[in-house]
Amino acid sequence: MTLERFRAKWIPVRVKKTRQNKNLELRSDSIRTDYALVAPSVELLKPIEDRGGAAQPLLQVSGLTKHFPVRGGLFSPRQTVRAVDDVSFSIAKGETLGIVGESGCGKSTTARLLMHLMTRDSGEILYDGMQAGGALSLRELRRCMQMVFQDSYASLNPRLTIEESIAFGPKVHGMAEAAARALARELLGKVGLRPEVFANRYPHEISGGQRQRVNIARALALSPRLVILDEAVSALDKSVEAQVLNLLADLKREFELTYLFISHDLNVVRYISDRVLVMYLGEVVELGPVDRVWDSPAHPYTRALLAAMPSSDPDRRTEIPPISGDPPNPIDPPAGCRFHTRCPFAEPLCAEATPQLTALDKLGHQAACYMVIPGSGHSHAGAPHQGGKIK
Amino acid sequence: MSAIAEIALQAPRTSKPRGYWTTVGRRLIRDKISMACALILIAIFLSAICAPLLGLSDPYQGSMIRRLRHIGTPGYPLGTDELGRDMLARLIYGGRLSLIVGILPVILAFVIGTSLGLVAGYVGGKVNTAIMRTIDVFYAFPSVLLAIAISGALGGGIVNSIVSLTIVFVPQITRVSESVTTGVRNMDFVEAARASGAGPFTIMRAHMLGNVLGPIFVYATGLISVSMILAAGLSFLGLGTKPPEPEWGLMLNTLRTAIYINPWVAALPGAMIFAVSICFNLLSDGMRSAMDIRN
Repeated sequence: MTLERFRAKWIPVRVKKTRQNKNLELRSDSIRTDYALVAPSVELLKPIEDRGGAAQPLLQVSGLTKHFPVRGGLFSPRQTVRAVDDVSFSIAKGETLGIVGESGCGKSTTARLLMHLMTRDSGEILYDGMQAGGALSLRELRRCMQMVFQDSYASLNPRLTIEESIAFGPKVHGMAEAAARALARELLGKVGLRPEVFANRYPHEISGGQRQRVNIARALALSPRLVILDEAVSALDKSVEAQVLNLLADLKREFELTYLFISHDLNVVRYISDRVLVMYLGEVVELGPVDRVWDSPAHPYTRALLAAMPSSDPDRRTEIPPISGDPPNPIDPPAGCRFHTRCPFAEPLCAEATPQLTALDKLGHQAACYMVIPGSGHSHAGAPHQGGKIK
Repeated sequence: MSAIAEIALQAPRTSKPRGYWTTVGRRLIRDKISMACALILIAIFLSAICAPLLGLSDPYQGSMIRRLRHIGTPGYPLGTDELGRDMLARLIYGGRLSLIVGILPVILAFVIGTSLGLVAGYVGGKVNTAIMRTIDVFYAFPSVLLAIAISGALGGGIVNSIVSLTIVFVPQITRVSESVTTGVRNMDFVEAARASGAGPFTIMRAHMLGNVLGPIFVYATGLISVSMILAAGLSFLGLGTKPPEPEWGLMLNTLRTAIYINPWVAALPGAMIFAVSICFNLLSDGMRSAMDIRN
């Protein structure tokens, strides 16, 4: 192999992002990607082959619901927390879907339901058109879908070295010990950690950013097609967060991954996502291409979320709180639109029935608000949903 | 990051990859108190195992005219007991039975209790209720009473007393094991292991066991002294070791009559039990801190 071909194969090419976020300087050169150290002979787990074709969404979720029972007192009735209520969305092959929302709105529960780490009460999850447990066994599904958790320390076994942690998954799926370790070392290189330095360290011996890269390597060890990142960069400081985000972008290109990116950080979601889904109290309130949602948010909650983002311009500081109060108790969510208790545009109609997700344009922008449903009876209905930002 | 720190971070480790237990071993060796305890225990174990090779006098051979000699009597460095038998020989031979009845029930209970607790804690739900409520039934009895009741039902003898002591300790270890397991199973790395497609037994073996073993091990080591004392109690009631077999607990009981005549000799078997149990306790403490690899 000539040097040029070797370089072309193993040295990553940094492609300029077309959509750069002005607020965040994310390009950082301190990330070390020693691809050249990696032997090309490493065995990879064979990914589950594509069965649905390019047009088939990788993940189709419809009517996903999870209610947690809460034990009341001796005489009080049994109550339920409506953590996730009738959530539907799909993820196309190769895209990144961002999920945003306040703490406790059901983002992480959705992730765990998708991973089948929790049983759902109702709803359907189709992976590449197949039902887990039916055409696709749960074991196979777990090779197709992997998850990176928020707490980088708690998600690594303190008794295992990093190499052992990464090699565990492939060994479960029948890879030989030596091959699994070789794969673990290769992946450590891929996430920018030199294997000869880090492979035999324990999780407490490395920093938070390095641990999160280990978690990413562990997720990649099973050759997944979909990676669920549940607040994966939220616990990292800003510079490390930027490195990990760039790493995720590089890995996405190299391994042809699809991401489900859960975060409460709107800047990060905008930077990494193609489409974004906004959740409030276990329900989807808005869904659409990230630029459409950012430029013309349709749901008052989305507008409030975006208005709450601190601006780096001192002349444009946020002086009036865009939204007040805490989210209502999910044990007894408000009837009708769940946001109506905090919504400045709420009208009697909003408390009566739940607005359905309604398409706003042909680009897939949808929102669940009576103001965007023409003829719904709301005084703002029919009016253009652009503008009218909450000041 | 400064250049020096960068170099330090990037420098390959000089040592070969070490396993977890090798690391624990190295840390334990550096702990002086644990090492002293380990040496004392090794000495007691070796003397018990090699007793016939040490050129001691016959531990069963008594003499009416040599009864209750004091410590330091020529020919009897630790004196003689109430039947004129050499205390040194009896203490060393006595270690054989005492260590067996002290340690074996704990090892058996450790294996059974850890597995039960692990399953109860990991599986949870109805399995947990079934196991833990059954355990609670045993918990309702005081451990001495339970040991006597089981030994009485099974009949005397060393094997039966080991069985009864095992049954006494299983609930306690299960309880500890279950509570530690419940704490560990909610951690994200267990979720991650489930998400990688591993079955419950693989997860318990590869991810849970290493994380729950430490506290259970420390608790179980503390039970060794209790086991020796309970075994002594069973012997006293005629349910364990039978005279003239040398065994520390039994010796303590029979020498009790001589406590006003020759208190130092009478206290010797107790001192042995004390030494062994305190060494086990300190060693388990050292093990616990050596296993907490984060320090």
